[in-house]
Amino acid sequence: MIELTINGVLVSVEKGATILEAAEFLGFPIPTLCHMEGLSPYGACRLCVVEIGEGPKAKLVSSCTYPAEAGLKVRTASTRVLRTRRMILELLLASCPQSKIIQDLASAHGIRRQRFKQEYEDCILCGRCVRMCEEQMMAKAIGFRGRGEKRSIGTPFDVQSDVCRLCGGCMYVCPACQLRCTYTEPEKAICGGCANLSPPCIEKDPYDDMLCYMSPCVACEITKTEMKIGV
Amino acid sequence: MTQSTTQLMNLPSCPNDAVDVHVIQRIVEEHNQTRGALIAVLEDIQAEYGYLPETALRTVAEATGRSLVDIYGVATFYRSFSLQPRGKSLISVCLGTACHVRGAPMVVEEFERQLGIRVGETTSDMAFSLETVNCLGACALGPIVAVDGHYFSKVDPAKVKSIIRKARLGLSPVEESVA
Ligand code: FES
Ligand code: FES
Repeated sequence: MIELTINGVLVSVEKGATILEAAEFLGFPIPTLCHMEGLSPYGACRLCVVEIGEGPKAKLVSSCTYPAEAGLKVRTASTRVLRTRRMILELLLASCPQSKIIQDLASAHGIRRQRFKQEYEDCILCGRCVRMCEEQMMAKAIGFRGRGEKRSIGTPFDVQSDVCRLCGGCMYVCPACQLRCTYTEPEKAICGGCANLSPPCIEKDPYDDMLCYMSPCVACEITKTEMKIGV
Repeated sequence: MTQSTTQLMNLPSCPNDAVDVHVIQRIVEEHNQTRGALIAVLEDIQAEYGYLPETALRTVAEATGRSLVDIYGVATFYRSFSLQPRGKSLISVCLGTACHVRGAPMVVEEFERQLGIRVGETTSDMAFSLETVNCLGACALGPIVAVDGHYFSKVDPAKVKSIIRKARLGLSPVEESVA
């Protein structure tokens, strides 16, 4: 057994456990995206950052891949961690603004404005589908291809793989391809991350930099303040 | 180069790939089918065909028992591997920092103009492929152009023509260093 401190609470976990597991055991919430029970840790999204060590030596690590060490001092919600996490979310949101999962995470972390250019990428390269295909479906039909900017996920040569059984597991675990409600069909769309079930209250155009699914609704907040100061 | 067109029976035939399955199998065997030898295997295949044909990769997957995604992942990861047929001569113009400030972009342009292709393309007669690289490790002699293992130093646009001519005539093979 290994003893470590998380947010000042002493906990002992089995050898080989990750910081994430230890924190979950204690009930400290750490948001994750690429991590999934049953799949090997991968550490792609960095959303699960925590701070370890103290003083100037303190550093940020991804808790889903970092093994618990004896005497480790972990902080799961320090200012630095929260700031980093928000930045990561903002960047993820910029690459995949249409993903409901990322939007909800962003919303939950108090992100109210999208400062970066929206890329509408359809993949954040978290590798969940790749691991799902290999580790749970035993197929290895899809994988990473290329490098750097050109890195993508897919089958070799972009043709249907002969080991693919069309199980759909890859899509099932994908955090990016779950679409959110859109502005284009206002009657069907629901503002506020589907949380408050009220119909959308804004037009998209005047607020193209905002994301209306965030609750409380940014647009309403702004309209209210604008009305107050009388613009 | 082997011209036999044996196809794997259970694989879709690729008309452009004149790949001999046995050659690939031999290459794999030479490397004892060890896991770590994948890059060496791919290098040997590329030396044989000038690029990595699809059939070859599929054969490697079968011969090594590894999945095709892994092999494809490695093959697409490294810039030096090409999945597209390449010309007889490969012209690599260095665009590393040192060569860049010494005027390598002009050399690239000149090559593009004279060969009538863009970077990353191959001439229609399959004689030349043009690519840029990011430092060949001879910065003091830049701009550097490497053609089939031959290094040309201090290249300026005026020298491009003679480099192409020399390459067309066939550069004498570089002697392998005897260790
Ligand atoms: S959940 Fe830990 S890096 Fe993605
Ligand atoms: S930059 Fe061209 S050889 Fe180093």
